[in-house]
Amino acid sequence: MKYKDISIDHRAILELIQPQATVLDLGCGTGELLYILAKEKGARGQGIEVDEQAIYSCVAKGLNVFHGDIDTGLAEYKDKSFDYVILNQSLQQVIHVEKVLQDALRVGKKVIVGFPNFAHYRSRFQIFFRGKAPVTGALPYQWYKTPNLHFLSVSDFKAYCRIKKIKIEESIYLGNNRRVSFCPNLFAQTGIFLAHW
Amino acid sequence: MAKENAAIQNNSLGIIRTQYFTFDSLQLESKEKFGPVTLAYETYGQLNKDRSNAVLVLHALSGDAHAAGVSEQGAVVGWWDALIGPGKAFDTNKYFIICSNVLGGCQGSTGPSTLNPRTGKPYGINFPLVTIGDIVNAQKRLIASLGIKELLSVVGGSMGGMQVLSWLVKYPELVRSAIPIATAARHSPQQIAFNEVGRQAILADAHWNGGDYYHSLPPDKGLAVARMIGHITYMSDISMAEKFGREKEKDPRKLKFTADFQVGGYLRYRGDNFVKRFDANSYLYITKAMDDFDASSGKPLYEVLRGIKAKVLVIAFKSDWLYPAYQSQEIIKACKLAGLSAAYCEINSTYGHDAFLLEVKEETHLIAHFLKKVFYGYEVTGNYEI
Repeated sequence: MKYKDISIDHRAILELIQPQATVLDLGCGTGELLYILAKEKGARGQGIEVDEQAIYSCVAKGLNVFHGDIDTGLAEYKDKSFDYVILNQSLQQVIHVEKVLQDALRVGKKVIVGFPNFAHYRSRFQIFFRGKAPVTGALPYQWYKTPNLHFLSVSDFKAYCRIKKIKIEESIYLGNNRRVSFCPNLFAQTGIFLAHW
Repeated sequence: MAKENAAIQNNSLGIIRTQYFTFDSLQLESKEKFGPVTLAYETYGQLNKDRSNAVLVLHALSGDAHAAGVSEQGAVVGWWDALIGPGKAFDTNKYFIICSNVLGGCQGSTGPSTLNPRTGKPYGINFPLVTIGDIVNAQKRLIASLGIKELLSVVGGSMGGMQVLSWLVKYPELVRSAIPIATAARHSPQQIAFNEVGRQAILADAHWNGGDYYHSLPPDKGLAVARMIGHITYMSDISMAEKFGREKEKDPRKLKFTADFQVGGYLRYRGDNFVKRFDANSYLYITKAMDDFDASSGKPLYEVLRGIKAKVLVIAFKSDWLYPAYQSQEIIKACKLAGLSAAYCEINSTYGHDAFLLEVKEETHLIAHFLKKVFYGYEVTGNYEI
């Protein structure tokens, strides 16, 4: 696989992570990101994933994965067990967002959160002019079969962090296969944040 | 059809001869010296030049050394034949597989039904209480006799999984990986309770006669009831409903309490068959060893796992209520706390505890890939260009 084949959000996360770091990927899916991090950054990773088929792919990649639900908590992990805890495209799918985020901030020295921006102009357009729940590149699901339970914007997340005194170290905004810097709450499809307590 | 048969023959190991290894004595964990000890064992595949491809397969309560292929006598197919053979999960083209009958067993290894050389009579109840650790120590002697210094993997389900954990904790330097399946680091009260009822069924059978029955009628009724209880716990509500429903036997005899439901007939059949191949005293000794087992001897499991380099793959099954997934999760959580390289998968099966013998496709996928990674290592030649 060539660098250009790595998805843009994985590339962004790859750049945020220091070499040889320890990483916990919450909702690691088929383990693509953990695999890239191990190869490119020498990261020692663990993943938690709820989907059985995805676990098979992870084991085939030789990854340390735990088949389970991140909503049930990370009680067995001590504080600051990992350099990074990653919640890429998974925070909006958990039931207890605050609990999962707090656990992640406790267990990891730093947390990387990536989610689809609900306030992207295409979503706004579809709601405003068509009066329909948005279906876009970053939010590709129809309302009746979406795994997403929570809908938030880049501004929502930043406001939440401000209230909860979570420090955002870096923000990366992604559009359709490119970085976005101008007015991200309108033009970013995905927001990725490096944060800590 | 001919093609199918050819395919079956191609990945079958064919006829396998059980072998025997005898050594003078074994120091038991109780400090007692016991001997001589014979272990019945089978091997599949070839040990490679640097002796690095050996996998030790550990059987469950009623299992034996005959894990794969077809037995010389009776043409019995091994209990894990679906997973051991050319191109299977434990690929005999790559790995050298060993399986032995446990110490205390009755399928060729020394146990209560063995003749005591000092008296010329079967040991019976004079056989010493053995532990899972003793069972593992005996296996270690066998492994050494085969010239193997390090095992690529130790693997087993249920009681086999307990032996896996015992190997991992006692001899971490001898195992490169471990695969405990549908097992527990220690029995819960519920698991002990089921075993206790099984033992009481045997002890309550007048034919048990204080364990001295080898020249008279054995306690077949008691052992059969113990096995019937076992079988209930090996299945699940769903698997029983699917297999039997409330169907009645086609030709129920007209007595009031014949087993007229199919599920009852099945259990009786299983019980009656079991007594033909299993010794009641062995059942007592082995279930006791299981109940007494505690992988970390009262300490938190992660403490005894610390510093272990072996990679671990823990597998559980959703409908297994005898060894519920939470027990496997305890094992994997301890592995993680101790900093081990470990993976956990909970296979969505309806077979209950029996799933570890039946979910071939899922187990094959997990085990084959896992073993390959342990054997060949992580590919370091990055196929990513950056």
